[in-house]
Amino acid sequence: MRFVARVLVRPKAEVRDPQGEAVFAALRSLGHDVSEVRTGKEIVVTFDARDDAAAREAAGRMGDQLLANPVIESYAVEVEREAATEVAEERALRPEA
Amino acid sequence: MTRVAILRYPGTWSERDFAHALSLVDGVEAEIQWHEDANLRGFDAAIVPGGFSYGDYLRAGAIAKLSPGTKELRRFASEGGAILGSCNGFQILCEAGLLPGALIRNADLAYRSDWVRIRVETAETPFTIGLRGAVLRMPIGNGEGCWVADPETHARVEADGQVVVRYVDERGVVTADANPNGSLANIAGVTNETGNVVGLMPHPERCVEALLGGTDGYRMLANLAGARHGTAPALYR
Repeated sequence: MRFVARVLVRPKAEVRDPQGEAVFAALRSLGHDVSEVRTGKEIVVTFDARDDAAAREAAGRMGDQLLANPVIESYAVEVEREAATEVAEERALRPEA
Repeated sequence: MTRVAILRYPGTWSERDFAHALSLVDGVEAEIQWHEDANLRGFDAAIVPGGFSYGDYLRAGAIAKLSPGTKELRRFASEGGAILGSCNGFQILCEAGLLPGALIRNADLAYRSDWVRIRVETAETPFTIGLRGAVLRMPIGNGEGCWVADPETHARVEADGQVVVRYVDERGVVTADANPNGSLANIAGVTNETGNVVGLMPHPERCVEALLGGTDGYRMLANLAGARHGTAPALYR
């Protein structure tokens, strides 16, 4: 079964985010009345797993082992099955599967 | 003869500078090793030089920490082997969990290529013997040199004497102006709990001859002449 994990990595609240501060200043210079900006990154991983629980477990391990550095970052994972239409198309291409 | 291995990852750029610097130290024999073939058996010390390993993708040092070379460094460190990481090497050692804390984007977002002064805070590492209190002038070149740690880790590092060098002004005083990147407590380099692994952002290999504008890096690297594998870490601490 194919899954897509969206891993959102953010600097921890107590860690300075110089990129966020620069974007904050830039938005203010454009006249936007913003009070804070924090930046992060999204990492989208497509992979195969037995079921939803296994997919979530695998995505969590990816986050712990590599995608985030726990000293400075936290992360959140959303795992979804790949869109049904895409899976159906793939089956149509490989009828023996 | 002290045998020193210099690790080269894809994107490392300071390994030849280190090899040259170490060629000036009597009693030291240095060899550059490709990270995939790293073998530190029979060596007394290892250097992790600066550069942009794996293009700094994801985070500086994040991919390099998974390499066979880093696995070998971990083994070597657990045996008490002396390891020095400079710049990207410091970032790799932090990512690998061999040193406390992490290095993030410089506070002003700028890449800093400059000369800084650092004060040596401990003599209890293989690279700082006899240098406690010395103010050294060294070059830096980094975009992610801001050392951070959570309050508990920072307190422990300070209390246990794991701060190796701090950015200071020409009088040797810690000031905000002397801090080039926003590092916590002006910390420019730290060591592990056993004192055998050291990381610092400045480049000692770039100031080993008058021609290069300074020789303070030589004072640090010359200590390697006395490094011997198997030396109890307690010697340094």
